[in-house]
Amino acid sequence: MTIIDNTSAVPAPRADDGNSAPLLEVRDLHVEFHTRDGVARAVNGVNYTVDAGETLAVLGESGSGKSVTAQAIMGILDMPPGRIPQGEILFRGQDMLKMSAEDRRKIRGSKIAMIFQDALSSLNPVLTVGYQLGEMFRVHEGLSKKEAKAKAIELMDQVKIPAAAARVNDYPHQFSGGMRQRIMIAMALALEPDLIIADEPTTALDVTVQAQVMDLLAELQREYHMGLILITHDLGVVADVADKIAVMYAGRIVETAPVHELYKRPAHPYTRGLLDSIPRLDQKGQELYAIQGLPPNLLKIPTGCAFNPRCPKAQDICRTDTPPLYDVTERDGGALPGRRSACHFWKEQIHG
Amino acid sequence: MGRYVARRLLQMIPVFLGSTLLIFSMMYALPGDPVRALYGEQAIDQAQIAEIKRSLGLDKPFLLQYWDYLTGLFQGDFGTQIASQQPVADVIADAFPITARLTIFAFLFTVVVGITLGVVAGLRPDTLVDKSLLALTLLLISVPSFVLGYAFQYFFAFQLGWVDPNVNDPENYGQLLLPAIVLGSLSLAYVARLTRTSIAENLRADYVRTAVAKGLPRRRIVGVHLMRNSLIPVVTFLGSDLGALMGGAVVTEGIFNVRGVGYTVYEALSRREGSTVVGVVTLIVIIYLVCSLLVDLLYAVLDPRIRYA
Amino acid sequence: MPEALDTSAKKLPAGEPATVPVPVDAKAEKTRSLWSDAWHDLRRSPMFVISAVLIVLLLVMAAFPGLFTGASPRDADLSNHYLGAPNWSHFFQADWLGYDGQGRSIWARMVHGARASIIVSVGVTALVTILGTLVGVLAGYFGGWLDAILFRLTDVFSGIPFMLGAMVVLTTFAERTVWVVVLALAFLGWTTIARVARGSVITIKQADYVTAAKALGASTSRILFRHILPNAIAPVIVVATIALGGYIAAEATLSYLGIGLAEPTVSWGIDVSAGKDQLRNAPHVLMMPSVMVSITVLAFLMFGEAVRNALDPKMR
Repeated sequence: MTIIDNTSAVPAPRADDGNSAPLLEVRDLHVEFHTRDGVARAVNGVNYTVDAGETLAVLGESGSGKSVTAQAIMGILDMPPGRIPQGEILFRGQDMLKMSAEDRRKIRGSKIAMIFQDALSSLNPVLTVGYQLGEMFRVHEGLSKKEAKAKAIELMDQVKIPAAAARVNDYPHQFSGGMRQRIMIAMALALEPDLIIADEPTTALDVTVQAQVMDLLAELQREYHMGLILITHDLGVVADVADKIAVMYAGRIVETAPVHELYKRPAHPYTRGLLDSIPRLDQKGQELYAIQGLPPNLLKIPTGCAFNPRCPKAQDICRTDTPPLYDVTERDGGALPGRRSACHFWKEQIHG
Repeated sequence: MGRYVARRLLQMIPVFLGSTLLIFSMMYALPGDPVRALYGEQAIDQAQIAEIKRSLGLDKPFLLQYWDYLTGLFQGDFGTQIASQQPVADVIADAFPITARLTIFAFLFTVVVGITLGVVAGLRPDTLVDKSLLALTLLLISVPSFVLGYAFQYFFAFQLGWVDPNVNDPENYGQLLLPAIVLGSLSLAYVARLTRTSIAENLRADYVRTAVAKGLPRRRIVGVHLMRNSLIPVVTFLGSDLGALMGGAVVTEGIFNVRGVGYTVYEALSRREGSTVVGVVTLIVIIYLVCSLLVDLLYAVLDPRIRYA
Repeated sequence: MPEALDTSAKKLPAGEPATVPVPVDAKAEKTRSLWSDAWHDLRRSPMFVISAVLIVLLLVMAAFPGLFTGASPRDADLSNHYLGAPNWSHFFQADWLGYDGQGRSIWARMVHGARASIIVSVGVTALVTILGTLVGVLAGYFGGWLDAILFRLTDVFSGIPFMLGAMVVLTTFAERTVWVVVLALAFLGWTTIARVARGSVITIKQADYVTAAKALGASTSRILFRHILPNAIAPVIVVATIALGGYIAAEATLSYLGIGLAEPTVSWGIDVSAGKDQLRNAPHVLMMPSVMVSITVLAFLMFGEAVRNALDPKMR
């Protein structure tokens, strides 16, 4: 071992070039909440990576742990009751869970930013949008009030809010839902962060507006070459923008795949169920498929595969053994890069 | 905005008329005769009494008397004390500044200490600090002000000798401190609890989470984002509280011998003399109405979602 | 609150068997009714248990004072007992808490004073709740001109400071019995309940299940009594319980000022007033009734708090 040999044991330098560490890497992350009724295990060993310019879609029902994972990355979990008993969250190779609170604060907003689902409640109702946008520059870059406002107008232009200069002193409730979400996006983009986490950014919007907002997000992401984690329960939203997908269930990732692969050939019965429950025009008149049962109770996650009580193909082994995240291959053993499935019977699911 | 204020002022008129009419009719219904009471036990001429009554307008029908009172009021005339022949306006003018000083002192104490305690506890919900504050405020609310007054007087004046038991000089703020604390303690408890609840609730709000996600320092999150929203209900409460404080001054002034409005009312009531009481209550009702108007306007300033509809 | 918690994890009974196959049992998912849920919470709240025990004690004291003391609250013995000091070891005996300035047993006066406090506070609360709910529901449900008039009326009454108003009302009565005090306080106190009731009726009126009931052709009275009242009553009860403690304090204050109850009625407020002149040399005469009033108010306040926390955990 030589002195110049920078192995992964040493924190990687922060410089962009010549650094092999991914932009963000989540390793074996666990999050639990201590409630009156017991410990709710919201995240149970999640692993994923996001590179610059890449879009990862995290898919799952509410309670699957997708938002909690994002909040843990962002460092905005309520602790207590939340707790991170184990795991690492590496941003450019540095474990953010081991950083001081002040260091993490400096990363929030400037390096990693987040877009929330409900822009109306996520924006401060008693402050003007200009103030809330400008705040980013004032706090992180020390700009004056006046400079910050000019920057805020620039940002609002960038996210295509008409008459930005006239509306900069308006309050959030004076904007439409789509415009408010654009303001949220502008706020996240303000300091040109390396990574954006969008938590159901279009769920609260009208269908017609959804596409506009999604397109805007994708466009800006390309422009700035940012990493994007897109959290959603809507498979339709994902298809156009995402590069890869991670499907979560009961706090674990049950399947990962490049986006089109997943639609074509799901390797997990849960993913299959999700795809089958999308209404399709060519199946008009037929009964729509629905996954049986309810999402799991996080206080008592079923033993074995957490999905087994709802799985149409569950066998005895599913109730006893927790499936690891298997590498998924072609029928002949040919590699399928990026494809993994946490199902004992992934072969039957994908090839059968 | 101007239209809103005008509308609110118009709405105040029936409330003002109703409140004063209510008090006026109660005083009218007072048993005993103030003119008769002037002469104590001595026998007097009925004609003489009737003469005095006519000169005071007391022989007129009730509603007419009220009308006379109202018209007088708009000329700054609160009526005349029967016993001393002094104009009520003068009596109030003597006593009111003392009560106003006491009330404002108590109000400031309430605002500063109440909000501080509420914020401290609200930022740490369900911790020991928070629970102690809840217990303390519960205790403050359950101890009636006259009990608290005597307890303070006993400990601080008689036992420790730190302060004078009575207020001899209403200009002396040091002497007013104890009565002001006693007067303000109930409101203090309410303000502290209200602030605490509001802060604790807003702490979980989405926009606070956004502020954290923006990487703002904690000082800024609390000072700019949390406070502004959390204090809106507190401001509303404080506005309606000023009138209540003035009413409560009646008791506190009695304990500490402060010669303010409360003392005047108390004396007037025991002499069954209505004009002073009606005058004081009218004044307090006006103050209450003005305060609630100010609070409404302030509310709209603090919360842009409120439209002047 | 993270989304993981507000879906299924929350409302499970503690003793659910561990081997339920489907995560959330269908029966557990069906939410318990507001009241049974509240009762479940209340039994575990120390604040509720302590205050309930205190209140029961006070109620028994008010109904059967003879159970607590044999001494009469009106027997005065100036020659032997003038301002007699407490004898702390003589539990529940006539001289336990000492004697007042007329040589009467303070303990006996404390026990017998409970009745006035309880009757006044319960009486006022009952009247205020009935009147306030009536006004609030009428104003809130029918709206329009009725609301305008009733709400203005509420404004008129709440414009008058409570204590000052009560003093004025009470001086108009030559003889101030317990019932007169009840009427006077209720006359001025109903506005708070009316506001609360009006507010919650307006909210509930817009709820989908009320719209549904209307769409199904339910009559006005059915909607009012089956749908609106049962749902609007919870906040009213909370406010009323908390106000009850306030009325005890109000009665004591008025009696202390000499404008509330009067001798020969036994009232803690009168006793405080009687003790104030001896504060320097015999503080116990004033202290005992003061403590009694405070504990009683505290008990009802804690009770109200506990009920509120149970009915509306969000308000904590």
